[in-house]
Amino acid sequence: MTMDQTSSRGAEPEDRAPEETVPAVDRVDVAGQWQLMWWRFKRHRLAMVSAIIVLLIYLVALFAEFLAPEPPGETHTRYTYAPPQAIGLFVEDEAGGSRFLPHVNGYTVEIDPVAVRRTFVSDPDAIIPIGFFVRSEPYLLMGFIPMQHKLIGPIEAGEPFYVLGADRLGRDMLSRIIHGARVSMSIGLVGVAVSLFLGVLLGGISGYYGGRTDTIIQRVIEFLKAIPTIPLWMGLAAAIPLAWSPLTVYFVITVLISLIGWTSLAREVRGRFLSMKTEDFVAAARLDGAGELRIIMRHMAPSFVSHIIATLTLAIPAMILAETALSFLGIGLRPPVVSWGVLLQEAQNVRAVATAPWLLTPGLAVVVSVLALNFLGDGLRDAADPYSH
Amino acid sequence: MNKPLANSVSGGDPVRSVGLARGDVALEVRHLKTHFALRTGVLKAVDDVSFTLRRGDTLCVVGESGSGKSVTARSILQIVAAPGKIVGGEILLHGVGGDPDRVVDLATLDPRGKEIRAIRGREIAMIFQEPMSSLSPVHTIGRQIDESLRIHTDLDKRARRKRIIDLLKRVEIPDAEHTIDRYPFEYSGGMRQRAMIAMALACNPVVLIADEPTTALDVTTQAEILDLIGELQDEFGMAVMFITHDMGVVAEIADRVCVMNLGEMVEAGPVEDVFHAPQHPYSRMLIGSAVKLEQPAPAKVAARARRADGPDDRAVILKAERLGKEFTSQKGFFRSKSRTIKAVDNASLSLREGETLGIVGESGSGKTTLGRCLLRMIEPSSGTISYRAGDGAEIDITALDKRGLRRLYRDIRMIFQDPFGSLNPRMTVADLIGEPLKMMGWKQRRIRDRAADLLERVGLSADHLERYPHAFSGGQRQRICIARALAPEPRLIIADEATSALDVSIRAQVLDLLLDLQSQMSLSFIFVSHDISVVRYFCDRVAVMHRGRIVETGAATQVCDHPEHPYTKALLSAVPRPDPRDRRIHQRHRYVAEDHPTASTMEGP
Repeated sequence: MTMDQTSSRGAEPEDRAPEETVPAVDRVDVAGQWQLMWWRFKRHRLAMVSAIIVLLIYLVALFAEFLAPEPPGETHTRYTYAPPQAIGLFVEDEAGGSRFLPHVNGYTVEIDPVAVRRTFVSDPDAIIPIGFFVRSEPYLLMGFIPMQHKLIGPIEAGEPFYVLGADRLGRDMLSRIIHGARVSMSIGLVGVAVSLFLGVLLGGISGYYGGRTDTIIQRVIEFLKAIPTIPLWMGLAAAIPLAWSPLTVYFVITVLISLIGWTSLAREVRGRFLSMKTEDFVAAARLDGAGELRIIMRHMAPSFVSHIIATLTLAIPAMILAETALSFLGIGLRPPVVSWGVLLQEAQNVRAVATAPWLLTPGLAVVVSVLALNFLGDGLRDAADPYSH
Repeated sequence: MNKPLANSVSGGDPVRSVGLARGDVALEVRHLKTHFALRTGVLKAVDDVSFTLRRGDTLCVVGESGSGKSVTARSILQIVAAPGKIVGGEILLHGVGGDPDRVVDLATLDPRGKEIRAIRGREIAMIFQEPMSSLSPVHTIGRQIDESLRIHTDLDKRARRKRIIDLLKRVEIPDAEHTIDRYPFEYSGGMRQRAMIAMALACNPVVLIADEPTTALDVTTQAEILDLIGELQDEFGMAVMFITHDMGVVAEIADRVCVMNLGEMVEAGPVEDVFHAPQHPYSRMLIGSAVKLEQPAPAKVAARARRADGPDDRAVILKAERLGKEFTSQKGFFRSKSRTIKAVDNASLSLREGETLGIVGESGSGKTTLGRCLLRMIEPSSGTISYRAGDGAEIDITALDKRGLRRLYRDIRMIFQDPFGSLNPRMTVADLIGEPLKMMGWKQRRIRDRAADLLERVGLSADHLERYPHAFSGGQRQRICIARALAPEPRLIIADEATSALDVSIRAQVLDLLLDLQSQMSLSFIFVSHDISVVRYFCDRVAVMHRGRIVETGAATQVCDHPEHPYTKALLSAVPRPDPRDRRIHQRHRYVAEDHPTASTMEGP
């Protein structure tokens, strides 16, 4: 340690004690690493906001059936490409005053004589009252809780309610985005879980044992990193039999995505192991008589678990983007599975986008969730080592 | 080589002249205040500091870590790192631009403005502590020195190159015509610091600020650098502000001393007065701690006197014979060439029960490797180590298997140099101290009691068990390390530079603690250190290492006062003593090693 560092570290009041006085009991003194990390993370406002957004998105995904006004596959041929409706809170009553009534307006359909195309115009007289906890067809929440109510919807079942518009088959975009969150957000988690397993195992072996093992694993990683991913995925996806159920395809796709994803995590873990192997406190643990396993689990692991969590958080958005890209190209998930990528596939057609720009709203969902996860990951990474100055 | 460069500068003036005469005030600092606005409040890093620098004079600013001495220096050049800010006071620089009457208050200048940049490197130059990190690794030395000449002078390329070569020659860099085009990594630590000095002198500054320029260097290199700075000061006549924590260095070079503590200047005056009649209790303590380490510890003297009559009949606890460690590095594209470095070469030593053996040497001498070989933390390449266990059994350490080693590690413990790196920040003090006991299968409750007991023994309180290392200062952390070492009731402790990272006052306290523990628990120590005074204070016998070999062994007083080997003589004579009446770096012995194949490879620790 150099004196210069010490004097700059002298910025911490307790370090400045010239004599060996013991500072008064401070909650910082008895705070463990997670406590310190939490304090540090809290200071990162953007990350805090992002954490809340990410949490909300996952809650939405979890309670999709309840939150979405309609099942994702429900079609309404009357309302193909219906534009988004504005929610109004007050209606004028006969007396000329206004009365509180949440509502949307219905549509009148006009036929464009030139393009011979139906256009929807909002009809101010057709008032469709909406409400919370409206009755609906019976459904199973999360697949096992029988329910008959939706969070929000038209009070009169069957009335049009398209806050984000409708797609080419008259399906409600909002409902589809909410259901899509489930697949899109979870594919990241599953993919990252597989990456985590491979990355920590292979990276750990590589860093701890070093030597020839290290060389072989690192060359494999370099090889995997050198493969152009999109063609590889296309090739692999082409190999998926068409007869497989969408669910099986979903799992195969996650595995394919994580096959590439583990490499960067493995490198991270290896780097941690390499740098920590030479730390004095690891040598001290060895001299304390601790065995290999205990040194890894008790002495080394706590100092890189936080880094791994941060890296994982940053890996999830990459997975989400990969899924979106694959599905958009038509080689990932296929309808009837609803994911953001599948929804965006609808927006591939320029003409459709020109007439119904709301088909791009799933892209907004992707952007928001990826940004939120990235900021969250940044915050975690900054907080991951509370002992650095 | 010793061509008077300064004369050519002021006479023919390829660069510029300095308007001030020797003895004139060059820099005045009045009531300087630099504060850091932290989340927890305002930290007064520099609080009302005043001093005057005269041309040709050396002012030493001395203080322990966190005393604000570096911040003072950085404030002068307005390079304090955020959130630090000068909040008050004046920094008056005289003779700006060669005009003796022009005075500029640096404190009022914009830190990014043109005026201050015209002063940095030209009027005031600075040398930093770490020559490796203050030189850019991607530019040649010549280019880096050239930069300030390019900015501050209108010399053409050829004239600048000539001046740089002259400067490099002046700072005694061999073969300057060629080494000018080398990169910093091709220079040794001492050469880098010389290049830094050459860079600082490039524009013939009025004031030279040296911020711990020798702390990272070995004593012999330090002596040469100090000598060089002194010579250059005589020649160029600049004012030197020298920041250090080493009282020996202060006594060696200072004309005036300024003692800082917690951001305040507690004492200032001529070096003789400060050393021989310190007024402030803090300076008394600082000088006292330094002087204390000039003598063997009283406890040691008493113990030696007791044993003086008879022959030493204590049993030999550890004996290493013909120990060697070779590192092989492979070079070339296909690793076809291999080069062997003998980090430890044929080293033999023995240690008696209750005895303290010091291993001294400079960086790269192999002393740390030797210490680690004894515990087989690094496998020795050759030689034997035998240890006499408590029950009298002789154990051959070199032949032990893993389980045997674990048992041995209860008897022989280690204390590391860096108290920040050797304590896992994620474990509480109780867990840290209890780890070896846990490995011995103790019950949780018993471990806690023992840890509490040990904490009190090393001068901390049992209340601290639940705290994490970050709650403690460096000295306290080292005490925790000592408690951990003591936990399994060891018989021998190997301390690897255990006090090097500590401030001088705390260093003495920790050494006294170790002495205390030694007398209570009949411990033996192997004390690896580069610091002669610590070894003299603490050790019974000393082994001096040089390039992997033990060149001299003997009683501490004998080796430290009447060395026999020329290397030991050179080493000892380069150590500055904390007494301004005993300046001797000029008269030091120089040791030129006979050519040794490993010579060039022994760089770095």
